[in-house]
Order: sequence, then C-alpha cells, then structure tokens
Amino acid sequence: MKKHLLSIHDVTAEDIVRILDTAESLREVGTRVIKKVPALRGRTVVNLFYENSTRTRISFELAAKRLSADVINFSTSGSSVSKGESLKDTALTLQAMGADAVVIRHSSSGSPLTLTRWVRGSVLNAGDGTHEHPTQALLDLYTMREKLGRLEGLRVAIVGDVLHSRVARSLSFGLVKMGAEVTLVGPPTLIPPDAPAWGVDVSYDIGGVLPKLDVCYMLRVQRERQRQQYFPSVREYARLFGLTRDRVAMLPEDALIMHPGPMNRGVEIDSDVADLPNSVIEEQVTNGIAIRMALLYLLLGGTGADGADAGEAA
Amino acid sequence: MGEAEIRRSVTRIAHEILERNRGGGEVALVGIAARGDDLARRLAAEIERIEGVPIPVGVLDITFYRDDIGYRAEAPEVHETRVDFDITGRIVVLVDDVLFTGRTIRAALDALVDFGRPTAIQLAVLVDRGHRELPIRADFVGKNVPTRRDDDVRVAVRELDGEDAVDVLEPVPAPAVANSEPSDRSNGSDR
Amino acid sequence: MTGRILLRGGRVVDPAAGRDEVADVLISDGAIASADGPTTGATVIDADGLVIAPGLVDLHTHLREPGREDKETVESGSRAAAVGGFTAVSPMANTEPVADNAAVIHEVRALGERAGLVDVFPVGAITRGLAGEEMAEIGEMVEAGVRIFSDDGRCVPEARVLRNALTYARAFEGVVIAEHCEDGSLAEGGQMHEGEHSYALGLAGQPREAEEVIVARDLAIARLTGGRLHLCHLSSAGSVELVRRAKRDGLRVTAEVTPHHLVFSDDDLVTYDTNFKVNPPLRTPEDRQALGRAVADATIDVVATDHAPHAVEEKEAEFDRSPPGTIGLETALAALLTQLVEPGTVSLTRAIDALSTTPARILGASDHGGPLEPGRVANLVVFDPAAEWTVEPPFASRSRNSAFLGRSLRGRVVHTIHRGSLVVADGKAQR
Repeated sequence: MKKHLLSIHDVTAEDIVRILDTAESLREVGTRVIKKVPALRGRTVVNLFYENSTRTRISFELAAKRLSADVINFSTSGSSVSKGESLKDTALTLQAMGADAVVIRHSSSGSPLTLTRWVRGSVLNAGDGTHEHPTQALLDLYTMREKLGRLEGLRVAIVGDVLHSRVARSLSFGLVKMGAEVTLVGPPTLIPPDAPAWGVDVSYDIGGVLPKLDVCYMLRVQRERQRQQYFPSVREYARLFGLTRDRVAMLPEDALIMHPGPMNRGVEIDSDVADLPNSVIEEQVTNGIAIRMALLYLLLGGTGADGADAGEAA
Repeated sequence: MGEAEIRRSVTRIAHEILERNRGGGEVALVGIAARGDDLARRLAAEIERIEGVPIPVGVLDITFYRDDIGYRAEAPEVHETRVDFDITGRIVVLVDDVLFTGRTIRAALDALVDFGRPTAIQLAVLVDRGHRELPIRADFVGKNVPTRRDDDVRVAVRELDGEDAVDVLEPVPAPAVANSEPSDRSNGSDR
Repeated sequence: MTGRILLRGGRVVDPAAGRDEVADVLISDGAIASADGPTTGATVIDADGLVIAPGLVDLHTHLREPGREDKETVESGSRAAAVGGFTAVSPMANTEPVADNAAVIHEVRALGERAGLVDVFPVGAITRGLAGEEMAEIGEMVEAGVRIFSDDGRCVPEARVLRNALTYARAFEGVVIAEHCEDGSLAEGGQMHEGEHSYALGLAGQPREAEEVIVARDLAIARLTGGRLHLCHLSSAGSVELVRRAKRDGLRVTAEVTPHHLVFSDDDLVTYDTNFKVNPPLRTPEDRQALGRAVADATIDVVATDHAPHAVEEKEAEFDRSPPGTIGLETALAALLTQLVEPGTVSLTRAIDALSTTPARILGASDHGGPLEPGRVANLVVFDPAAEWTVEPPFASRSRNSAFLGRSLRGRVVHTIHRGSLVVADGKAQR
C-alpha cells in the first residue's frame, strides 16, 4: 500500500480486499471487554479537522485509541487553526511533535496532498472539499460486502447531489474498481459533466432505476443548493428524486438503503424510510471505526520504506 | 514429519493434556492462527474421542500484538480472532505449529490476558525447533527438531494446505555469478 | 359537429408527407378518413382553387389571460387564431399571475378547452415570476404537459441561470427552452432600431447587437450544456448568421421569425405609427431580406406570430409611452404568402412547413402539422391563395393594433377544421 491515503485511486482492488479483510478482524476488537490491541502503541495520530465533523472525528479518534496509539485533536474551534495559522505552519508544528499519521479534513480540495509536502508521517484524507472521501467509500464498500456477500456485479445507484459530493466520487471510483455497476441518478444540474468518463451510467429517472438495484445509496441534498439554483425547489426535488415510501416499495426485497449522513429527512429520504430494516445507515457508522482502524494499522504497521514499491504496485 | 507421525503426536499430546489436567473439565484450547487453530481443533476432537468431554476451541490472531510492527516493510497480514467463551477460570492450552524464538507466544500471552484471567496457561506445539530468544517453554511437544537458525521449517496441515507434513529446508546459497543481485529470500515464517 | 366533411378537389400541400397535389380529403368523426371511404351524409366543400394544408401552429403568441382580459382572452385569442387558420397555439407565460406553476398552466389549458376552437399548449416560465433568478418548477409543469419554457417578454439576464435551466431540462423528454434575446443594458430605452431613421426621428434606438450578443451567448450555453434551445423572434441578419453556423456545428437549436419582421422595416416608422413599434424592433431592409432567405433555407425553422394585443388607449399614446407589439394571428398566413411565396423567395411547401409542420414537431404536438393521412386527427386549414383583401377591423381578436392595418394582402383562410369540426367556415368563426 502507498504511504498516504488521499484518494480512492491510491489503492488497488487487491488493496481494497486487504483493507476490508483487515477491518473484519478489527471489528472483533470492538466486541471485546477490553477494546484495545497494542498494535500502534507509542505512535501518534493527529486529527486535523478544519471542517466541523464530530462524527468522523470521533470515529478516527476511537480507531486510533483502540490500536493503542496516542491521539491529538486539532479542530476548528478554539485552536490556532481558527486563529488563522496557515496550513503550512500547522503542519510544521505537527511535524515537530512527531506525528506518525495526520488525519485531515478540509474544505479546500487538494489540502491533504499539499500537507504531504510538509509532514513526514502518513496523511489520511478524511474529506477534502468536493474532491474525495476515501475512508467513507471504504466503509461503504465494507458494509455492502458484509451484507450482500460480494462487490463484483453489484448494481448500485447513487442518488442526489453528486456534483458536490466527495463521497459520491470516491464511492463511484471504488465500486467501479471492484467490478460493480454504478448508476448516478439526480437532476442533470447536479450530475458532473465528466461523469460518463468514470465508467458509470447516468439516469434522470429514479423510478426506472430502483427495481433493478442491490444498493440504493442516497446523498444528502443541501437546501442551499436550491438557493444556488440547481433545482427549482426542495418540493420538486423531493418529488422527482426523493426516496419516499412509495419508491422504496419499488426496490427489490433484499436491496440495501444507505446514506453517508447526516440525513435531511423529508428531502432526499423520507423519515420512516430511514428507519426501515433494509436501511443499514446505522451499521455504516459502526463499520467506520473498523475500517479506520484497518487503515491506520496498514499505513503505520509497516516502515513505509520500500514497502510502497515492493509487492503490491500501488 | 510425515502424516502418520503427526497423527500419533496429536494423539499423544491429547493424552498428555488430559493426564496433566486431571481430565478435560476445565480445559480450553486456543489455537494461534494460522495452522495452530486447525491443530487445536484436531486436539479437541481427539480429547473428546478419548474422554468424551467436549473442549471449547478458540482461534487467536496475534498480529496486533507482535513486537515487530513498524519494523517490517509492510504491515503484517491479519487473520480472524474468535474466542466465543469466557477464559476466566479455565486452563487455557495455547496451540501452535512451531515454537521458535518464543515471540509469537509472548504476543499470544498478551492477547489472552485481554480476554480474561485464566487459571493457568499451558503451551502445546507440534514442533519445537529451538533458538529461543525469550524465556518461553512448551508444556507439550510433538517432536523436538534441532535446526540451524536460518533453516526454514515448513508445516503443512490438511485443512489449509491439503496435506500433513513438516519439512526442514536449508537456505538456498546465493549463485556465484558476477554482477548478480543478492538473492531476495524472504525469511521463513518468523512469527 | 363531428360528422363527415368532404373537401373536394383542393391542392393538398402536406410537407410531412412530401405531398403537393390535387386531391380529395375526407374527414369522419374527428379524423382523416381514407378518400375512398363512404361519403354519405358528408358536408361537401368545393375546394377547387383552394389549398388544403395541415392546420397552422403558432409557437409564440400572447393570449393575455389571466390578468389582462381587456386586451385579449384565451377565447377571443383562440377565435383570432382559428380565423387565421391555426389549429394550435402556444401562449406565452407572461400573464398575471405568471405561468410559473402547474396551477396556472391547468387554468389556461382549461380555458382553451372550454373555448373549443384551437388546441392551447401553454408555455411555462423558466424563472419564478419571470424575475430571472430562481428556476420555476419545471418538473411540475412538465408533468402538467408543458414542453416549451420561456421567460419571453424578458431575456434571462444571467448566463448561469440559463445554463442551469438548459441542463435541468435535459432530465425531461422533448423539453425546449425558448429565449427572448435582448441584452437589457444595450436595449434600454430603445424605441426602434438604432439607425439613420431613429436619429432622424429623434427616437432612442436599440442596436441589432442588443439581440446578437445574447444570441451568441445563448448558443454558447447551448453548446456547453447540450440542451435544446429555441430562439424567439429573430430580427437581425447577424443573428441569422450565428444560427446558421451553430446548426452547421450540430447544436440542437431552432429559430423563429415573425411575419411582421418579414414584411416591414424601420422605413415604415417614419410616421411614428405605434402599430410598428414592436420588440425586437423592425430593422433595416437588409435584415428583412436576410430573414426571408433564412426562412427559405430553413436556418429559421419556424414563423410564429408573437401576437401581442394591446388596448386601444395604450397604442394611441405617445410613441415612447406605447407598449410594443402587434397582433398577428389573423394575418400571418396571408403575410407570408404575399411577401415571400408569391415572389418565389419561399416555396409554398416550405411556407406551410414553417407555419405548421415544423412548429408542431418542436412543440411535440403530434396531432398537428400533418401528415394528412387516414387515422390522424383532422386539424386542417383551407385557404384561397389568390383572394385579395385589405386588412381592417373588425378583428376576431379583442384588440386592433395590427401593423398590417390598411394593407392589401393576397391569400385568405376560408375554412379551419379543428379536430374534425368546422370552426371557421367562409372566413367566419362558427362559435
């Protein structure tokens, strides 16, 4: 595996299988009385969160702690980050502290890559701008594999604001890499013009897509997108593309309903749909910790020296 | 060792475990992945056949407890861990295929302690090849096999490899050719 | 009134079927029947010397209802349309309230059905309230049957809004965004075409670039989004050139011109006659000729009236206080025949194509535009290409502001058949 995880393109299909298998073993740690293994004892993992995200940050924090690593949290409120210290200066400070890994979430696309210039440790992208969110994609792949037994040939629809979704990008790339069939669904104004080059299909008709799915993955649609005029109104959006009770009835019985959270109940997904049994939204959260443990373990468990080139070509 | 020899060792170790622990009442077997767990299951089956007592079997992956994480090029491969029973108050017999430096067993002891507090921990191995680096010794041994430090001891078990065998292989000498790269022989399973 | 009608011996000009020949047309129970079918009890209409064509379709008209029923209503406008040989019209959305939601659409359509003279296909607004900022509920209106969306009356001011609309519309089959191309900052205050006449008359002018910059912008956005664009009432030779090039490049664009832009020019404004005050303004004779040639070679796909009724007192005001617009439903066919077909600039087939077949196709109105084949709904016009007449009131329209007032035209609608009913007979509306 490569030294950093900045994008889903940094891992091969074989790497992904390895990550998912490792996460499988690590999930068991969370069921023990003592939820800890000493694998990363003495290592320092820094959470550098420029965007508020309690959920993801806690997931990474728990992941690092269960591997016995030391965790430092830099978040936007309070710290030097909010006082306007530049990314570079923050990075150099982390470097001086001896961070073995930096988990970064930032609103500017490309910030994780920029960070790799100034820190010697591994950099993990926890979401950058509208670019990528590889750990979310991996935990989603894990959830799908666990529930449906495979990834190859799965028929997955990703529905909603694909244009602004880093999750949709990473997940699409990841699914295509693992041989799944992906269809993007949404108003044309929210489907990226370069989408056909991703190896996915595009449809504007959710009703036509639902009956043939194994997974229906709903994206969050922010109300401010209506203000920015990507669609006329939330009402029309929900009518044309929302996952309503009626639409859920069109899904095959074993199909999964997924959502990266947080949900806009009543917009992209009806309230009672999110609570249906084939909705695995809660499990996505649990699996997140195991996946992040697996990633930290695989990135920090080797020296990184020569490891990046030997064996698996990244 | 061949298939017959291995079978006899397993039977003998099963008897020894029962003898030492006055029947199998408090005993549990925990095999160290990989291959140790297959051996553990065979031992449990033998014990049940001999004594009629069912023995719980768990599998332990010690990858996360290794002392060489971060020293190798790649993070070591991870296997399944499953211990479905409470080890507190039991006599846990760790089962592994080869006892070498003792570091694997040290890691297994650390891992076990996270699962509970056994009354006692004993160790059963199919092969003891010497060269201990830590003060660890086995309670039950299938066969003592003296080896050189850089020999490669290969164990095959039917469940995983299709056959039962233990082979000792000498290291392959580097070819004496000018301008050749030094042979990149990966170390044997130095667990 | 859906019995049998036999049109005997007329010249059937049916561009969709590639037909131009003398034949009989039998209509039975609302549909065209095979000409050898039974004719018992049929009303026989002698069509000798007359032309039988598919009913005309107006892609661009203003019926003013709801809001300004004093100028026109859906019913009076339908009557004017039927008298002019139209069997289908598309009223623009700039009513009060604006047709930017399904409720107004349903209302206008229902009014049309009640009048029962022509099929009314309401146009939906692109932006809420025509304000040019927020997209109207296009999806909802598509579900209500709308296919053409336009902020006509206004130009969409921001390219981004047009981009979003063109992109969003791609989710719906057959939807077209129609633009009124006018750059507000260049056109501001303009009363007529900016040229030697406007200077001489002392009237503020609007240059043809006011239209051309938006035509260029909109074509670029159409290229960017791959959307379907329709350009309303083009007035300048430069715009025609831009459209010609865009079509060569394979863009999905169609264009439209009014009869008055094909007949008149800014020469006609020297009398300060407000009936010639239109938007976009009448431009030079060179522009007019370029527009005529563009109709001939189909660079301009469609002739649409932009029928714009205004109250008498509004048009009798001072030139710069008067609202722009001319009515045109009752004179469109005659104008085209007189101005372009007779001199041979445009063939009769192409003229019918531009007034009927092509607009029906753009609108997606499959019951209109021909071909006139057995089984198809009977929407037809029968006209006398040689009849000479002078345009004067009374009009079927509620308003009288016609640029053609007092003008002699050749060609007149005799009968209009809507869904198999004779709604206009001998030039007079039957309802």
